[in-house]
Amino acid sequence: MDVVGRKNPSRHGNRNDRLSAGTTRNMHHHRSQSIKPWYRSAIRNSKTAAAALSAMAIMATLSATTVSAAEISDGVVRIGIINDQSGTLSDLAGPGSVVAAKLAIEDFKKLKPDLKVELLTADHQNKADIGSQVVRRWIDVDGVDMIADVGNSAVALAIQSVARDKNKIVIYSAVGTTEISGKQCSPTGIAWLHDNYNLVAAPIRRLVSEGQDSWFFVAADYAFGRNMVSESQRILSEIGGKSAGAVFHPLGTVDYSSFILQASSSQAKVIAFANAGDQLVAAMKQWNEFGMDKGSQKVVAELMFLTDVHSMGPEIAKGLTTVTAWYWDLNDETRAFGRRFYQVRSRMPTAPQAAVYSAVLHYLKSVAAAGTDSTDAVMEKMRSMPVDDFFARGARLRADNKLVHDFYLVQVKEPAEVKGPWEYYKVVATIPASEAYLPLSQSDCPLVGTASSQK
Amino acid sequence: MSHLFGIPPQALFGQLLLGLINGSFYALLSLGLAVIFGMLNVVNMAHGALYMVGAFVAWLLLTNAGVGYWGALVLASLVVGLVGLVLERTMLRRLYKVDHLYGLLLTFGLALIFEGAFRHQYGVSGQPYPIPDLLKGGTNLGFMYLPTYRGWVVVASLLVCLGTWYAIERTKLGAYLRAATENPTLVQAFGINVPVMVSLTYGFGVALAGLAGVLAAPIYQVSPLMGSNIIIVVFAVVVIGGMGSILGAIVTGLGLGLLEGLTKVFYPEASNIVVFVIMAVVLMVKPAGLFGREK
Repeated sequence: MDVVGRKNPSRHGNRNDRLSAGTTRNMHHHRSQSIKPWYRSAIRNSKTAAAALSAMAIMATLSATTVSAAEISDGVVRIGIINDQSGTLSDLAGPGSVVAAKLAIEDFKKLKPDLKVELLTADHQNKADIGSQVVRRWIDVDGVDMIADVGNSAVALAIQSVARDKNKIVIYSAVGTTEISGKQCSPTGIAWLHDNYNLVAAPIRRLVSEGQDSWFFVAADYAFGRNMVSESQRILSEIGGKSAGAVFHPLGTVDYSSFILQASSSQAKVIAFANAGDQLVAAMKQWNEFGMDKGSQKVVAELMFLTDVHSMGPEIAKGLTTVTAWYWDLNDETRAFGRRFYQVRSRMPTAPQAAVYSAVLHYLKSVAAAGTDSTDAVMEKMRSMPVDDFFARGARLRADNKLVHDFYLVQVKEPAEVKGPWEYYKVVATIPASEAYLPLSQSDCPLVGTASSQK
Repeated sequence: MSHLFGIPPQALFGQLLLGLINGSFYALLSLGLAVIFGMLNVVNMAHGALYMVGAFVAWLLLTNAGVGYWGALVLASLVVGLVGLVLERTMLRRLYKVDHLYGLLLTFGLALIFEGAFRHQYGVSGQPYPIPDLLKGGTNLGFMYLPTYRGWVVVASLLVCLGTWYAIERTKLGAYLRAATENPTLVQAFGINVPVMVSLTYGFGVALAGLAGVLAAPIYQVSPLMGSNIIIVVFAVVVIGGMGSILGAIVTGLGLGLLEGLTKVFYPEASNIVVFVIMAVVLMVKPAGLFGREK
């Protein structure tokens, strides 16, 4: 299960040790180079182990801004990236998220070269039991301090409860279910990218205001799809739209013709797909095949990733709208990261992968600021310091542990407008953070009450 | 009676037709499996992977060599058939003397290797493959819109299925083949080169998988996971039809497609398991399968 495990050495490690994304091997190398002279001379002079230890302590205090090694558990900050490394969700996050985390560690090393960071990777195979087993082992045996990505709602809910019990930080990227920062929110579980409310609220409001007020849903039959449909139906009923029904297909279905036919005969004005990944790709392909693109019903992808568009090709995806928290071609900074990522991975980063970068970097900065990797102190810093990078500007965590940032309503360009292979979106509207999130007053998260009563 | 089981009869017709289309896919894939099992006694777990390879060969031909759909239909089947021949000659051949289980394990391992290699190279999202110009568009049948391409898939699958059935059950070559399965030594004594015939049979069986892969490419994505998505269902079809029974594979493939189509209307959540429920029931009542003979 721990497929990539600790063995993956950083691609950049050999070029420049100080920039290394701290694998075990690189780390020892680094340490032996910088510490050996002190250590040796201490032994030679005093010939006692105690003196050697004190020499190391002096060394630690000498490097003024460095975090004292004693405050970091095992002397290393261990970050675990767990996600779907090989299955249906592996292109939108998967190994690309690991690359993003490495880039974040690389950038952090420029700020704090002395803090040792180690990266672990695991494949949860979209199975909740495997996910929680790995995380339990990481925390109990391997000394992992923070877990990031996850990217599957069902697995995320399982990991959430393990991390809550063990008081360890988990940062989610592409986890759709609103439960994670709603009813099942946790003091240590942070939603960095989006949830289903962020994704559906803006398009539903916009379309219903344009008269597109009856919706039919085609959704994947697991925690994510179920939750997305119920969120959508709730918002629809709040603003006077109506749901013409929903059909739930098993995860990994390849033929959608039957569901498309059901959607067609529902007479709804809007057909919304809540499945994402290769399921959405196959469904859209067949949507066009059955001539639905020429019909009167409007199609909406409630969640779509850049890799899905790439896979469909702009010919099929053209005109599709969706909501995304991030896109590589937004501005110079995002483009710079896109190109850097592209050099390693030969494809542009998706929003979840950018979120992993941002989350890992903010976590490490918070560890450095707190001077420790103990969960409570780091959480304190993560809350008090704003996130300020190409992913989110001046964004803060709110009481239910959601990072509050802007979203973008994007539309896939016409094939003729697409200049390069990954330049698929045009931004139709920016959804300001103030509108994109479920108001805290409506939150089911038990933390919200306690947080506001503390203030 | 404007509604049948709660849905308008027109919608039901549409769903039945879609079921038939999917069923013809199942029939084509399970046909190759049935031929290989019936003639060689090999449980070919690599069938799904070779179906995927067929689709990828078509995609590679299109993107790298500019060979279109019709060319790919022939070339990809030949390439996959050749891959099959090589596998049979170099590996599978050594396992005929031992238990079936070893053949199953070998082909399962091969399937994992093929799938892993393609996944490593191309990722899981899949590559787009366009519908050929000649088969674009569709016809409005009144109760549903039938894409021309799906109609073509049904016709092509049925033709290939019937042709194969005829070749094996009604021609002299088929008779030799069936005789060689029963008693290879005796058939060899009549001057027929049995090992070559067996290799060619395996090659033909997997070429059918390659062909199905090309037929599937414009409907589904060309993805490394496409084989493992479908192979288990296809195995269930073969088991229900009766291991090795060619007619059984064809009829069961179509029937289960219809049944799955109906499940997608009445209880879509169960559409992926209905085939296995049927399989369990059939195995309890008639362990040799609907068309199988007890040995």
